[in-house]
Amino acid sequence: MSARMFMQNLFNGLTLGGLYALIAIGYTMVYGILRLINFAHGDVFMIGTYLAFYGVTLMLLPWWLAIVVAIIGSAAIGFLIDRVAYKPLRESPRISALITAIGVSFFLESFAVVVFGGIPKSFLKIIPNFLKKIVTIGELRIQVLTFFALAIIAGLLVLLLWIVYRTKIGMAMRAISTDIPTTALMGVNTDTVIGFTFALGSALAGASGIIWAMRYPQIFPYMGFMPGLKAFIAAVFGGIGSIQGAMLGGFILGMAEIMIVGFLPQLAGYRDVFAFIILILILSFKPTGIMGKKLTVKV
Amino acid sequence: MSHEDLLLEVADLHVYYGAIHALKGISIRVPKGSIVTLIGANGAGKTTTLSTIAGLVKARSGKIVFNGQDITNKPAYMVNQMGIAMVPEGRRIFPNLTVYENLMMGAYNRNDKEGIKNDLEWVFELFPRLRERLTQLGATLSGGEQQMLAISRALMSRPSLLMMDEPSLGLAPLLVAEVFDVIKKINAEGTTILLVEQNAMGALKTAHYGYVLETGNIVMEAPTTELLNNEQVKKAYLGVA
Repeated sequence: MSARMFMQNLFNGLTLGGLYALIAIGYTMVYGILRLINFAHGDVFMIGTYLAFYGVTLMLLPWWLAIVVAIIGSAAIGFLIDRVAYKPLRESPRISALITAIGVSFFLESFAVVVFGGIPKSFLKIIPNFLKKIVTIGELRIQVLTFFALAIIAGLLVLLLWIVYRTKIGMAMRAISTDIPTTALMGVNTDTVIGFTFALGSALAGASGIIWAMRYPQIFPYMGFMPGLKAFIAAVFGGIGSIQGAMLGGFILGMAEIMIVGFLPQLAGYRDVFAFIILILILSFKPTGIMGKKLTVKV
Repeated sequence: MSHEDLLLEVADLHVYYGAIHALKGISIRVPKGSIVTLIGANGAGKTTTLSTIAGLVKARSGKIVFNGQDITNKPAYMVNQMGIAMVPEGRRIFPNLTVYENLMMGAYNRNDKEGIKNDLEWVFELFPRLRERLTQLGATLSGGEQQMLAISRALMSRPSLLMMDEPSLGLAPLLVAEVFDVIKKINAEGTTILLVEQNAMGALKTAHYGYVLETGNIVMEAPTTELLNNEQVKKAYLGVA
Protein backbone atom coordinates (compact mmCIF):
# COMPACT_ATOMS: atom_id res chain seq x y z
CA MET A 1 0.00 0.00 0.00
CA SER A 2 1.44 3.35 -1.00
CA ALA A 3 1.85 6.24 1.42
CA ARG A 4 -0.91 8.04 -0.43
CA MET A 5 -3.31 5.14 0.02
CA PHE A 6 -2.35 4.86 3.64
CA MET A 7 -3.14 8.52 4.29
CA GLN A 8 -6.39 8.18 2.39
CA ASN A 9 -7.33 5.21 4.54
CA LEU A 10 -6.24 7.03 7.69
CA PHE A 11 -8.75 9.79 7.00
CA ASN A 12 -11.47 7.28 6.18
CA GLY A 13 -10.73 5.24 9.28
CA LEU A 14 -10.76 8.28 11.52
CA THR A 15 -14.11 9.40 10.16
CA LEU A 16 -15.72 5.98 10.35
CA GLY A 17 -14.28 5.47 13.84
CA GLY A 18 -15.61 8.85 14.95
CA LEU A 19 -19.07 7.92 13.72
CA TYR A 20 -18.94 4.64 15.64
CA ALA A 21 -17.69 6.52 18.70
CA LEU A 22 -20.62 8.95 18.59
CA ILE A 23 -23.11 6.06 18.63
CA ALA A 24 -21.13 3.99 21.14
CA ILE A 25 -21.28 6.80 23.72
CA GLY A 26 -25.07 6.51 23.85
CA TYR A 27 -24.90 2.76 24.48
CA THR A 28 -22.30 3.12 27.17
CA MET A 29 -23.97 6.00 29.02
CA VAL A 30 -27.31 4.24 29.23
CA TYR A 31 -25.65 0.99 30.24
CA GLY A 32 -23.58 2.83 32.86
CA ILE A 33 -26.74 4.03 34.59
CA LEU A 34 -29.40 1.41 33.96
CA ARG A 35 -27.33 -1.69 33.07
CA LEU A 36 -29.52 -1.80 29.98
CA ILE A 37 -28.41 -2.41 26.39
CA ASN A 38 -30.62 0.01 24.52
CA PHE A 39 -31.07 -1.90 21.29
CA ALA A 40 -33.23 0.88 19.87
CA HIS A 41 -30.20 3.16 19.84
CA GLY A 42 -29.16 2.24 16.28
CA ASP A 43 -32.63 3.13 15.09
CA VAL A 44 -32.39 6.62 16.53
CA PHE A 45 -29.37 6.96 14.22
CA MET A 46 -31.70 6.11 11.31
CA ILE A 47 -34.56 8.38 12.48
CA GLY A 48 -32.07 11.27 12.68
CA THR A 49 -31.25 10.96 8.98
CA TYR A 50 -34.92 10.97 8.00
CA LEU A 51 -35.57 14.03 10.16
CA ALA A 52 -32.78 15.87 8.33
CA PHE A 53 -34.05 14.60 4.97
CA TYR A 54 -37.59 15.82 5.57
CA GLY A 55 -36.31 19.02 7.12
CA VAL A 56 -34.83 19.93 3.74
CA THR A 57 -37.32 18.33 1.34
CA LEU A 58 -40.58 18.90 3.19
CA MET A 59 -40.02 21.85 5.49
CA LEU A 60 -37.61 23.50 3.02
CA LEU A 61 -35.13 24.40 5.73
CA PRO A 62 -31.54 25.29 4.80
CA TRP A 63 -29.34 22.17 5.16
CA TRP A 64 -27.53 23.27 8.31
CA LEU A 65 -30.75 24.23 10.08
CA ALA A 66 -32.33 20.92 9.06
CA ILE A 67 -29.39 19.12 10.65
CA VAL A 68 -29.67 21.09 13.88
CA VAL A 69 -33.42 20.45 14.02
CA ALA A 70 -32.86 16.74 13.29
CA ILE A 71 -30.32 16.44 16.11
CA ILE A 72 -32.72 18.10 18.54
CA GLY A 73 -35.47 15.82 17.21
CA SER A 74 -33.27 12.76 17.82
CA ALA A 75 -32.71 13.91 21.40
CA ALA A 76 -36.46 14.28 21.88
CA ILE A 77 -37.06 10.78 20.51
CA GLY A 78 -34.44 9.31 22.84
CA PHE A 79 -36.08 11.03 25.78
CA LEU A 80 -39.49 9.79 24.68
CA ILE A 81 -38.28 6.19 24.27
CA ASP A 82 -37.11 6.23 27.88
CA ARG A 83 -40.33 7.75 29.17
CA VAL A 84 -42.67 5.47 27.26
CA ALA A 85 -40.77 2.17 27.12
CA TYR A 86 -38.16 1.97 29.89
CA LYS A 87 -39.28 4.20 32.76
CA PRO A 88 -42.35 2.06 33.59
CA LEU A 89 -39.98 -0.93 33.91
CA ARG A 90 -37.43 0.72 36.21
CA GLU A 91 -38.28 -1.63 39.09
CA SER A 92 -38.77 -4.72 36.89
CA PRO A 93 -36.17 -7.41 36.26
CA ARG A 94 -33.53 -6.29 33.78
CA ILE A 95 -34.54 -8.92 31.25
CA SER A 96 -37.95 -7.19 30.83
CA ALA A 97 -36.27 -3.94 29.87
CA LEU A 98 -33.93 -5.78 27.50
CA ILE A 99 -36.82 -7.45 25.68
CA THR A 100 -38.60 -4.10 25.56
CA ALA A 101 -35.48 -2.57 23.97
CA ILE A 102 -35.65 -5.13 21.16
CA GLY A 103 -39.34 -4.37 20.80
CA VAL A 104 -38.68 -0.63 20.54
CA SER A 105 -36.08 -1.31 17.86
CA PHE A 106 -38.54 -3.35 15.78
CA PHE A 107 -41.18 -0.73 16.31
CA LEU A 108 -38.99 2.12 15.07
CA GLU A 109 -37.85 0.15 12.02
CA SER A 110 -41.39 -0.88 11.08
CA PHE A 111 -42.64 2.62 11.77
CA ALA A 112 -40.00 3.95 9.36
CA VAL A 113 -40.99 1.43 6.68
CA VAL A 114 -44.65 2.43 6.93
CA VAL A 115 -44.24 6.18 7.27
CA PHE A 116 -41.06 6.90 5.27
CA GLY A 117 -41.30 3.94 2.90
CA GLY A 118 -38.97 0.99 2.45
CA ILE A 119 -37.32 2.24 -0.74
CA PRO A 120 -33.98 3.94 -0.07
CA LYS A 121 -33.99 7.70 -0.47
CA SER A 122 -31.13 9.77 -1.82
CA PHE A 123 -29.51 12.03 0.72
CA LEU A 124 -27.62 14.02 -1.94
CA LYS A 125 -30.06 16.92 -1.80
CA ILE A 126 -29.13 17.51 1.82
CA ILE A 127 -25.41 17.85 1.10
CA PRO A 128 -24.44 21.39 0.12
CA ASN A 129 -22.23 21.65 -2.94
CA PHE A 130 -19.15 23.03 -1.20
CA LEU A 131 -18.89 19.83 0.85
CA LYS A 132 -18.75 17.77 -2.32
CA LYS A 133 -15.63 19.58 -3.56
CA ILE A 134 -12.32 17.78 -3.43
CA VAL A 135 -9.17 19.23 -1.96
CA THR A 136 -5.80 18.12 -3.27
CA ILE A 137 -2.94 18.09 -0.80
CA GLY A 138 0.15 16.85 -2.58
CA GLU A 139 -0.99 13.49 -3.90
CA LEU A 140 -3.90 13.25 -1.48
CA ARG A 141 -7.40 13.89 -2.73
CA ILE A 142 -9.88 14.42 0.07
CA GLN A 143 -13.46 15.60 0.00
CA VAL A 144 -14.26 18.74 1.97
CA LEU A 145 -16.98 16.63 3.59
CA THR A 146 -14.33 14.54 5.34
CA PHE A 147 -12.87 17.59 7.06
CA PHE A 148 -16.34 18.81 7.87
CA ALA A 149 -17.24 15.42 9.37
CA LEU A 150 -14.04 15.23 11.43
CA ALA A 151 -14.53 18.76 12.73
CA ILE A 152 -18.14 18.06 13.77
CA ILE A 153 -17.16 14.74 15.38
CA ALA A 154 -14.31 16.34 17.34
CA GLY A 155 -16.55 19.24 18.39
CA LEU A 156 -19.29 16.91 19.62
CA LEU A 157 -16.87 14.70 21.55
CA VAL A 158 -15.36 17.71 23.30
CA LEU A 159 -18.82 19.10 24.02
CA LEU A 160 -19.91 15.77 25.50
CA LEU A 161 -16.86 15.51 27.76
CA TRP A 162 -17.45 19.09 28.86
CA ILE A 163 -21.07 18.32 29.77
CA VAL A 164 -20.17 15.14 31.64
CA TYR A 165 -17.17 16.51 33.54
CA ARG A 166 -17.81 20.23 33.88
CA THR A 167 -21.55 20.75 34.40
CA LYS A 168 -23.91 20.10 37.26
CA ILE A 169 -26.11 17.70 35.29
CA GLY A 170 -22.96 15.86 34.15
CA MET A 171 -21.93 15.48 37.77
CA ALA A 172 -25.36 14.04 38.54
CA MET A 173 -24.98 11.63 35.60
CA ARG A 174 -21.69 10.37 36.99
CA ALA A 175 -23.15 10.10 40.49
CA ILE A 176 -26.21 8.22 39.30
CA SER A 177 -24.05 5.72 37.40
CA THR A 178 -22.71 4.39 40.70
CA ASP A 179 -25.68 4.82 43.02
CA ILE A 180 -29.23 5.76 42.02
CA PRO A 181 -30.88 5.83 45.49
CA THR A 182 -28.12 7.91 47.08
CA THR A 183 -28.30 10.37 44.19
CA ALA A 184 -32.03 10.70 44.89
CA LEU A 185 -31.22 11.37 48.55
CA MET A 186 -29.25 14.41 47.37
CA GLY A 187 -32.49 15.94 46.08
CA VAL A 188 -31.81 14.98 42.45
CA ASN A 189 -34.78 13.89 40.36
CA THR A 190 -33.13 10.78 38.97
CA ASP A 191 -35.72 10.26 36.23
CA THR A 192 -34.89 13.69 34.81
CA VAL A 193 -31.18 12.86 34.79
CA ILE A 194 -31.84 9.48 33.14
CA GLY A 195 -34.07 11.17 30.54
CA PHE A 196 -31.36 13.74 29.89
CA THR A 197 -28.83 10.94 29.40
CA PHE A 198 -31.06 9.30 26.79
CA ALA A 199 -31.54 12.64 25.04
CA LEU A 200 -27.82 13.36 25.00
CA GLY A 201 -26.88 9.92 23.66
CA SER A 202 -29.63 10.08 21.05
CA ALA A 203 -28.53 13.52 19.87
CA LEU A 204 -25.06 12.09 19.22
CA ALA A 205 -26.54 9.05 17.43
CA GLY A 206 -28.68 11.35 15.27
CA ALA A 207 -25.65 13.48 14.41
CA SER A 208 -23.69 10.36 13.57
CA GLY A 209 -26.49 9.14 11.31
CA ILE A 210 -26.61 12.41 9.41
CA ILE A 211 -22.85 12.50 8.79
CA TRP A 212 -23.01 8.83 7.82
CA ALA A 213 -25.75 9.58 5.29
CA MET A 214 -23.67 12.43 3.84
CA ARG A 215 -20.80 9.98 3.24
CA TYR A 216 -22.96 7.10 2.01
CA PRO A 217 -25.88 9.12 0.67
CA GLN A 218 -28.69 6.59 0.79
CA ILE A 219 -31.09 6.30 3.68
CA PHE A 220 -33.41 3.40 4.46
CA PRO A 221 -35.27 2.11 7.53
CA TYR A 222 -32.74 -0.61 8.41
CA MET A 223 -29.63 1.50 7.91
CA GLY A 224 -29.12 1.82 11.67
CA PHE A 225 -28.82 -1.89 12.29
CA MET A 226 -25.22 -2.59 11.29
CA PRO A 227 -23.64 0.69 12.50
CA GLY A 228 -25.60 0.28 15.75
CA LEU A 229 -24.33 -3.24 16.21
CA LYS A 230 -20.75 -2.24 15.47
CA ALA A 231 -20.93 0.73 17.80
CA PHE A 232 -22.24 -1.61 20.47
CA ILE A 233 -19.19 -3.81 19.88
CA ALA A 234 -17.02 -0.69 20.12
CA ALA A 235 -18.62 0.12 23.47
CA VAL A 236 -18.01 -3.41 24.76
CA PHE A 237 -14.48 -3.35 23.36
CA GLY A 238 -13.73 -0.05 25.11
CA GLY A 239 -15.32 -1.26 28.34
CA ILE A 240 -19.04 -0.77 28.55
CA GLY A 241 -19.95 1.99 31.00
CA SER A 242 -16.83 4.01 30.20
CA ILE A 243 -17.29 7.07 27.96
CA GLN A 244 -13.60 7.36 27.11
CA GLY A 245 -13.62 3.63 26.41
CA ALA A 246 -16.51 4.01 23.96
CA MET A 247 -14.64 6.77 22.14
CA LEU A 248 -11.45 4.75 21.96
CA GLY A 249 -13.31 1.57 21.01
CA GLY A 250 -15.13 3.40 18.21
CA PHE A 251 -11.95 4.81 16.71
CA ILE A 252 -10.06 1.52 16.98
CA LEU A 253 -12.88 -0.43 15.39
CA GLY A 254 -13.41 2.06 12.55
CA MET A 255 -9.70 2.30 11.85
CA ALA A 256 -9.23 -1.49 11.96
CA GLU A 257 -12.12 -2.04 9.58
CA ILE A 258 -10.77 0.40 6.99
CA MET A 259 -7.13 -0.62 7.37
CA ILE A 260 -7.76 -4.36 7.15
CA VAL A 261 -9.68 -3.86 3.94
CA GLY A 262 -7.01 -1.41 2.74
CA PHE A 263 -4.10 -3.76 3.38
CA LEU A 264 -5.88 -6.94 2.36
CA PRO A 265 -8.39 -5.96 -0.35
CA GLN A 266 -9.12 -9.64 -1.06
CA LEU A 267 -10.82 -9.78 2.36
CA ALA A 268 -13.13 -6.82 1.62
CA GLY A 269 -16.12 -9.14 1.54
CA TYR A 270 -15.48 -10.10 5.14
CA ARG A 271 -15.45 -6.50 6.28
CA ASP A 272 -18.33 -6.88 8.72
CA VAL A 273 -16.91 -10.09 10.14
CA PHE A 274 -13.92 -8.36 11.75
CA ALA A 275 -16.04 -6.45 14.22
CA PHE A 276 -17.67 -9.64 15.41
CA ILE A 277 -14.36 -11.47 15.68
CA ILE A 278 -13.19 -8.62 17.89
CA LEU A 279 -16.35 -8.99 19.98
CA ILE A 280 -15.82 -12.71 20.45
CA LEU A 281 -12.16 -12.21 21.34
CA ILE A 282 -12.82 -9.44 23.84
CA LEU A 283 -15.64 -11.36 25.49
CA SER A 284 -13.41 -14.42 25.78
CA PHE A 285 -10.25 -12.77 27.07
CA LYS A 286 -11.14 -9.41 28.61
CA PRO A 287 -14.90 -9.10 29.09
CA THR A 288 -14.54 -5.77 30.92
CA GLY A 289 -13.00 -4.20 27.79
CA ILE A 290 -9.87 -2.08 27.54
CA MET A 291 -10.98 0.71 29.87
CA GLY A 292 -13.72 -1.01 31.80
CA LYS A 293 -13.60 -1.64 35.52
CA LYS A 294 -14.64 -4.82 37.19
CA LEU A 295 -18.27 -4.46 38.10
CA THR A 296 -18.92 -4.84 41.77
CA VAL A 297 -22.21 -6.46 42.58
CA LYS A 298 -24.38 -4.10 44.55
CA VAL A 299 -25.73 -5.51 47.79
CA MET B 1 -44.81 18.77 74.21
CA SER B 2 -47.07 20.92 72.09
CA HIS B 3 -47.76 20.01 68.49
CA GLU B 4 -46.09 23.12 67.07
CA ASP B 5 -42.74 22.10 68.50
CA LEU B 6 -42.66 18.88 66.48
CA LEU B 7 -40.45 18.83 63.38
CA LEU B 8 -41.24 15.25 62.42
CA GLU B 9 -44.07 12.99 63.40
CA VAL B 10 -44.34 9.38 62.29
CA ALA B 11 -47.65 7.76 63.12
CA ASP B 12 -48.47 4.03 63.01
CA LEU B 13 -46.09 3.28 60.12
CA HIS B 14 -46.39 -0.14 58.48
CA VAL B 15 -43.85 -1.29 55.89
CA TYR B 16 -43.61 -4.60 54.05
CA TYR B 17 -40.81 -6.10 51.97
CA GLY B 18 -42.84 -8.52 49.90
CA ALA B 19 -44.47 -10.76 52.48
CA ILE B 20 -42.20 -9.66 55.32
CA HIS B 21 -43.81 -7.24 57.73
CA ALA B 22 -40.78 -5.06 58.51
CA LEU B 23 -42.38 -2.19 60.45
CA LYS B 24 -45.43 -3.04 62.51
CA GLY B 25 -46.89 0.30 63.46
CA ILE B 26 -44.02 2.60 64.39
CA SER B 27 -44.74 6.01 65.92
CA ILE B 28 -41.97 8.52 66.50
CA ARG B 29 -41.98 12.19 67.43
CA VAL B 30 -38.96 14.40 66.82
CA PRO B 31 -39.16 17.85 68.46
CA LYS B 32 -37.45 20.83 66.81
CA GLY B 33 -33.87 21.30 67.94
CA SER B 34 -33.52 17.89 69.58
CA ILE B 35 -31.46 14.78 68.99
CA VAL B 36 -33.66 11.69 68.92
CA THR B 37 -32.19 8.22 68.61
CA LEU B 38 -33.52 4.84 67.56
CA ILE B 39 -31.57 1.95 69.02
CA GLY B 40 -32.02 -1.74 68.51
CA ALA B 41 -30.41 -4.89 67.23
CA ASN B 42 -29.73 -5.84 63.60
CA GLY B 43 -32.97 -6.30 61.70
CA ALA B 44 -35.09 -4.41 64.22
CA GLY B 45 -36.23 -1.99 61.50
CA LYS B 46 -34.08 1.04 62.22
CA THR B 47 -32.78 1.49 58.69
CA THR B 48 -36.21 0.73 57.23
CA THR B 49 -37.69 3.50 59.36
CA LEU B 50 -35.18 6.05 58.07
CA SER B 51 -35.48 4.85 54.48
CA THR B 52 -39.26 5.16 54.62
CA ILE B 53 -39.07 8.71 55.98
CA ALA B 54 -36.51 9.55 53.29
CA GLY B 55 -38.81 8.24 50.55
CA LEU B 56 -36.65 5.31 49.42
CA VAL B 57 -39.08 2.70 50.74
CA LYS B 58 -42.87 2.86 50.38
CA ALA B 59 -45.13 2.66 53.42
CA ARG B 60 -48.17 0.36 53.29
CA SER B 61 -50.03 2.51 55.83
CA GLY B 62 -49.39 5.18 58.40
CA LYS B 63 -48.43 8.80 58.13
CA ILE B 64 -45.23 10.85 58.08
CA VAL B 65 -45.63 14.56 58.77
CA PHE B 66 -42.67 16.91 58.43
CA ASN B 67 -42.91 20.61 59.29
CA GLY B 68 -46.70 20.31 59.19
CA GLN B 69 -46.71 18.74 55.69
CA ASP B 70 -47.66 15.18 54.85
CA ILE B 71 -44.62 13.60 53.18
CA THR B 72 -45.78 9.98 53.28
CA ASN B 73 -44.56 8.14 50.15
CA LYS B 74 -43.19 11.29 48.50
CA PRO B 75 -40.22 10.50 46.23
CA ALA B 76 -36.82 10.80 47.88
CA TYR B 77 -35.70 13.85 45.91
CA MET B 78 -38.76 15.82 47.04
CA VAL B 79 -38.27 14.83 50.66
CA ASN B 80 -34.71 16.13 50.45
CA GLN B 81 -35.85 19.36 48.83
CA MET B 82 -38.26 19.89 51.74
CA GLY B 83 -35.36 19.87 54.19
CA ILE B 84 -34.53 16.31 55.22
CA ALA B 85 -31.00 15.07 54.54
CA MET B 86 -29.70 11.60 55.18
CA VAL B 87 -26.33 10.10 55.96
CA PRO B 88 -26.99 6.62 54.60
CA GLU B 89 -25.79 3.39 56.11
CA GLY B 90 -22.43 2.42 54.70
CA ARG B 91 -21.76 6.10 53.89
CA ARG B 92 -22.46 5.69 50.17
CA ILE B 93 -19.86 8.16 48.99
CA PHE B 94 -19.82 8.58 45.21
CA PRO B 95 -16.52 6.79 44.53
CA ASN B 96 -15.97 8.24 41.05
CA LEU B 97 -16.56 11.84 42.11
CA THR B 98 -14.00 14.04 43.86
CA VAL B 99 -14.52 15.05 47.47
CA TYR B 100 -15.49 18.52 46.27
CA GLU B 101 -18.02 17.08 43.81
CA ASN B 102 -19.46 14.85 46.52
CA LEU B 103 -20.04 17.98 48.62
CA MET B 104 -21.57 19.77 45.65
CA MET B 105 -23.96 16.84 45.12
CA GLY B 106 -25.21 17.61 48.63
CA ALA B 107 -25.82 21.21 47.57
CA TYR B 108 -27.41 20.18 44.26
CA ASN B 109 -30.58 22.23 44.60
CA ARG B 110 -28.96 25.35 45.98
CA ASN B 111 -28.02 28.37 43.92
CA ASP B 112 -26.87 30.74 46.67
CA LYS B 113 -23.13 30.83 45.94
CA GLU B 114 -22.36 32.79 49.12
CA GLY B 115 -24.32 30.39 51.32
CA ILE B 116 -22.67 27.35 49.74
CA LYS B 117 -19.25 28.90 50.34
CA ASN B 118 -20.09 29.59 53.97
CA ASP B 119 -21.34 26.07 54.50
CA LEU B 120 -18.20 24.65 52.91
CA GLU B 121 -16.17 26.63 55.45
CA TRP B 122 -18.43 25.26 58.18
CA VAL B 123 -17.90 21.61 57.24
CA PHE B 124 -14.14 22.23 56.92
CA GLU B 125 -14.27 23.58 60.46
CA LEU B 126 -16.00 20.38 61.58
CA PHE B 127 -13.66 18.16 59.55
CA PRO B 128 -10.42 19.99 58.67
CA ARG B 129 -9.08 16.91 56.94
CA LEU B 130 -11.64 17.19 54.12
CA ARG B 131 -10.08 20.43 52.94
CA GLU B 132 -6.83 18.63 52.18
CA ARG B 133 -8.65 15.94 50.24
CA LEU B 134 -10.85 18.14 48.03
CA THR B 135 -9.52 17.00 44.66
CA GLN B 136 -9.19 13.31 45.58
CA LEU B 137 -11.72 10.78 44.38
CA GLY B 138 -14.19 9.58 47.00
CA ALA B 139 -13.00 6.00 46.55
CA THR B 140 -9.52 6.89 47.79
CA LEU B 141 -10.67 8.06 51.24
CA SER B 142 -10.33 5.97 54.38
CA GLY B 143 -13.48 4.74 56.14
CA GLY B 144 -13.33 7.53 58.71
CA GLU B 145 -12.82 10.19 56.05
CA GLN B 146 -15.72 8.78 54.05
CA GLN B 147 -17.96 9.08 57.10
CA MET B 148 -16.88 12.71 57.55
CA LEU B 149 -17.62 13.32 53.88
CA ALA B 150 -21.02 11.62 54.12
CA ILE B 151 -22.00 13.83 57.06
CA SER B 152 -20.64 16.95 55.36
CA ARG B 153 -22.39 16.12 52.10
CA ALA B 154 -25.70 15.83 53.94
CA LEU B 155 -25.08 19.14 55.73
CA MET B 156 -24.44 20.90 52.40
CA SER B 157 -28.17 20.89 51.67
CA ARG B 158 -28.74 22.93 54.85
CA PRO B 159 -31.32 20.45 56.18
CA SER B 160 -33.64 21.21 59.06
CA LEU B 161 -33.64 17.49 59.87
CA LEU B 162 -30.50 15.40 59.57
CA MET B 163 -31.04 11.63 59.63
CA MET B 164 -27.99 9.50 60.32
CA ASP B 165 -27.87 5.76 59.83
CA GLU B 166 -25.13 4.09 61.90
CA PRO B 167 -22.56 6.88 61.59
CA SER B 168 -20.20 5.15 64.05
CA LEU B 169 -20.25 1.77 62.30
CA GLY B 170 -16.85 0.40 61.39
CA LEU B 171 -14.87 3.32 62.82
CA ALA B 172 -11.90 3.20 65.19
CA PRO B 173 -12.88 3.99 68.80
CA LEU B 174 -11.25 7.41 68.73
CA LEU B 175 -13.18 8.33 65.58
CA VAL B 176 -16.41 7.05 67.12
CA ALA B 177 -16.04 9.55 69.94
CA GLU B 178 -15.28 12.28 67.39
CA VAL B 179 -18.41 11.47 65.39
CA PHE B 180 -20.65 11.71 68.46
CA ASP B 181 -18.98 15.02 69.37
CA VAL B 182 -19.65 16.35 65.89
CA ILE B 183 -23.30 15.29 66.14
CA LYS B 184 -23.64 17.41 69.28
CA LYS B 185 -21.92 20.34 67.54
CA ILE B 186 -24.21 20.15 64.51
CA ASN B 187 -27.22 20.02 66.81
CA ALA B 188 -25.95 23.01 68.79
CA GLU B 189 -25.90 24.98 65.50
CA GLY B 190 -29.64 24.40 65.22
CA THR B 191 -30.05 21.21 63.18
CA THR B 192 -32.51 18.63 64.48
CA ILE B 193 -31.12 15.11 64.36
CA LEU B 194 -32.64 11.65 64.08
CA LEU B 195 -29.90 9.15 64.86
CA VAL B 196 -29.99 5.42 64.28
CA GLU B 197 -27.32 3.42 66.08
CA GLN B 198 -26.26 -0.02 67.17
CA ASN B 199 -23.76 1.65 69.48
CA ALA B 200 -26.47 2.21 72.09
CA MET B 201 -24.20 3.68 74.72
CA GLY B 202 -22.81 6.35 72.42
CA ALA B 203 -26.23 7.15 71.00
CA LEU B 204 -27.98 7.43 74.36
CA LYS B 205 -25.23 9.65 75.73
CA THR B 206 -25.53 11.94 72.70
CA ALA B 207 -29.29 12.13 72.22
CA HIS B 208 -32.06 13.71 74.30
CA TYR B 209 -34.76 11.15 73.71
CA GLY B 210 -34.61 7.53 72.65
CA TYR B 211 -36.74 4.78 71.17
CA VAL B 212 -35.93 1.08 71.45
CA LEU B 213 -36.87 -1.03 68.42
CA GLU B 214 -37.36 -4.77 68.41
CA THR B 215 -38.46 -6.69 65.28
CA GLY B 216 -40.49 -3.86 63.83
CA ASN B 217 -42.04 -2.60 67.05
CA ILE B 218 -41.16 0.15 69.47
CA VAL B 219 -40.86 -1.57 72.82
CA MET B 220 -39.74 1.38 74.90
CA GLU B 221 -39.35 5.14 74.69
CA ALA B 222 -38.09 7.66 77.21
CA PRO B 223 -35.65 10.51 77.73
CA THR B 224 -32.16 9.08 77.29
CA THR B 225 -31.24 9.79 80.93
CA GLU B 226 -33.96 7.32 81.91
CA LEU B 227 -33.03 4.73 79.28
CA LEU B 228 -29.40 4.80 80.40
CA ASN B 229 -30.55 3.74 83.87
CA ASN B 230 -33.19 1.27 82.78
CA GLU B 231 -32.29 -2.26 83.84
CA GLN B 232 -33.67 -3.91 80.70
CA VAL B 233 -31.83 -1.51 78.40
CA LYS B 234 -28.65 -1.93 80.39
CA LYS B 235 -28.81 -5.67 80.06
CA ALA B 236 -29.87 -5.95 76.42
CA TYR B 237 -28.09 -3.01 74.81
CA LEU B 238 -25.46 -1.51 77.05
CA GLY B 239 -23.71 -4.72 78.03
CA VAL B 240 -23.79 -3.93 81.73
CA ALA B 241 -25.61 -6.01 84.31
